[in-house]
Amino acid sequence: MREKVAEGRMRVSREASMLDLLVKYAPDFFHGMLVTIFVSGSAILLGTVPALALAFGLMSKHPMVRYAANLYRSFWRGTPILVQLLVVFYLLPVIGISVPPMLAAILALALNTTAFQAEIYRAGLQAIPYGQIEAARMLGIGTRHVRWRILVPQTIRLVLPAIVSEIVIIIKNSSLVSVIAVTELTRVSQQMASNSFRPLESYLAAGVIYLLICLLVSVAGLAVENRLRRQGAVSL
Amino acid sequence: MTTLDFIATYGPLLLSGLFATLRICFFASLIAIPLGLVVALLLRSRRAALRWIARAYVEVMRGTPILVVLFLLYYGGPSFGLVLEAEPVGILGLGLYGAGYFAEILRAGLQSIAQGQIEAARMLGIPAAHILWRIQLPQMLRLVVPPSINQIIVLIKESAALSIITVPELTKIGAQIANETFAVIQPYLAVALLYWLLIEILAALGHWLERKVRHA
Repeated sequence: MREKVAEGRMRVSREASMLDLLVKYAPDFFHGMLVTIFVSGSAILLGTVPALALAFGLMSKHPMVRYAANLYRSFWRGTPILVQLLVVFYLLPVIGISVPPMLAAILALALNTTAFQAEIYRAGLQAIPYGQIEAARMLGIGTRHVRWRILVPQTIRLVLPAIVSEIVIIIKNSSLVSVIAVTELTRVSQQMASNSFRPLESYLAAGVIYLLICLLVSVAGLAVENRLRRQGAVSL
Repeated sequence: MTTLDFIATYGPLLLSGLFATLRICFFASLIAIPLGLVVALLLRSRRAALRWIARAYVEVMRGTPILVVLFLLYYGGPSFGLVLEAEPVGILGLGLYGAGYFAEILRAGLQSIAQGQIEAARMLGIPAAHILWRIQLPQMLRLVVPPSINQIIVLIKESAALSIITVPELTKIGAQIANETFAVIQPYLAVALLYWLLIEILAALGHWLERKVRHA
């Protein structure tokens, strides 16, 4: 592959300037970027509610529930996303479910982020003083109400920074989805590299776009954090 | 092919993949931790330009997928004179990438040590290198060991991406077996179980080490 690149470069380099190339591939990169955002965004959102359930499972009173929740968390946090992706991608057809690669990708990333988000929510939930729960129980507020109206809203504020870094990690890891032929950002840059014989420029372009997306997510996270803090100050 | 046959036939091959993964991550850590320390020191430098460069390094490594870093070095490398086999490129990529994360961990460690200690050491005329090695680093350990173990675990998981640039580590071996046998579930599940086992052992080791440093 790399020898071919060197050969091809000599043929192509005089014909197309870098700018021409970027202009030519800009629509592809834009499309790839949208796929990357769609795949990671769907996975994050799909994983959120199961993650909250898993977090409560991790703190459950029943040993069996705790054990099962721990096993799930341990497996999905203890194996590489790439391997998880391949297992999900190849396992689904075996058990008779045939899905397009993109759906398999979203599913694998969602199953993965569920475990990581659960751990974040668990830490957040445990940071809330137990006295609040006792007080709510004394007032006769039901368990479900205590969870969803008292614990979850406060937890969201506490865990926001950790969730933002989890989003960044999922965006970065979504690049692995290129191996099951989902045409996201990395895949587009691979195609550009092999068509233009300009691997350095192609992957630099992909790297810059990832960097921008991740920076944008971090900045947005900080903005939401500030906003929540102000709102919190007002409501107190 | 039954599972027992599978283990008998491909077990040794898978184990060799596991050792390759371990070897790669060991050498990558040998790059990532010292380089991370250098970047951490630069992050606290008095010169704004150095701080800025270090910050840029950390942000770039933390905002770019390992796969893109690997592609840049492996396929883009020849453009700037870096022509290496896949495995050294993988180790280098993983090391450079990990350094961005270790820098933040070590920066937090350096920050945890009271400035007065360092000022006192300077007053006593202790050389800067000595201050770092004998005063700052030993005290940082307690704070730095747990996240470092965690980061090494992350590196092991990220090292699966090396299979995509054809490094024969655990995931790649699994893919080769899948190609040979046309059985996809067994090889990938076996690979997943081996990673899981390795990481659980490391996590347990980390907890043990954490307790040890806390009491030290």
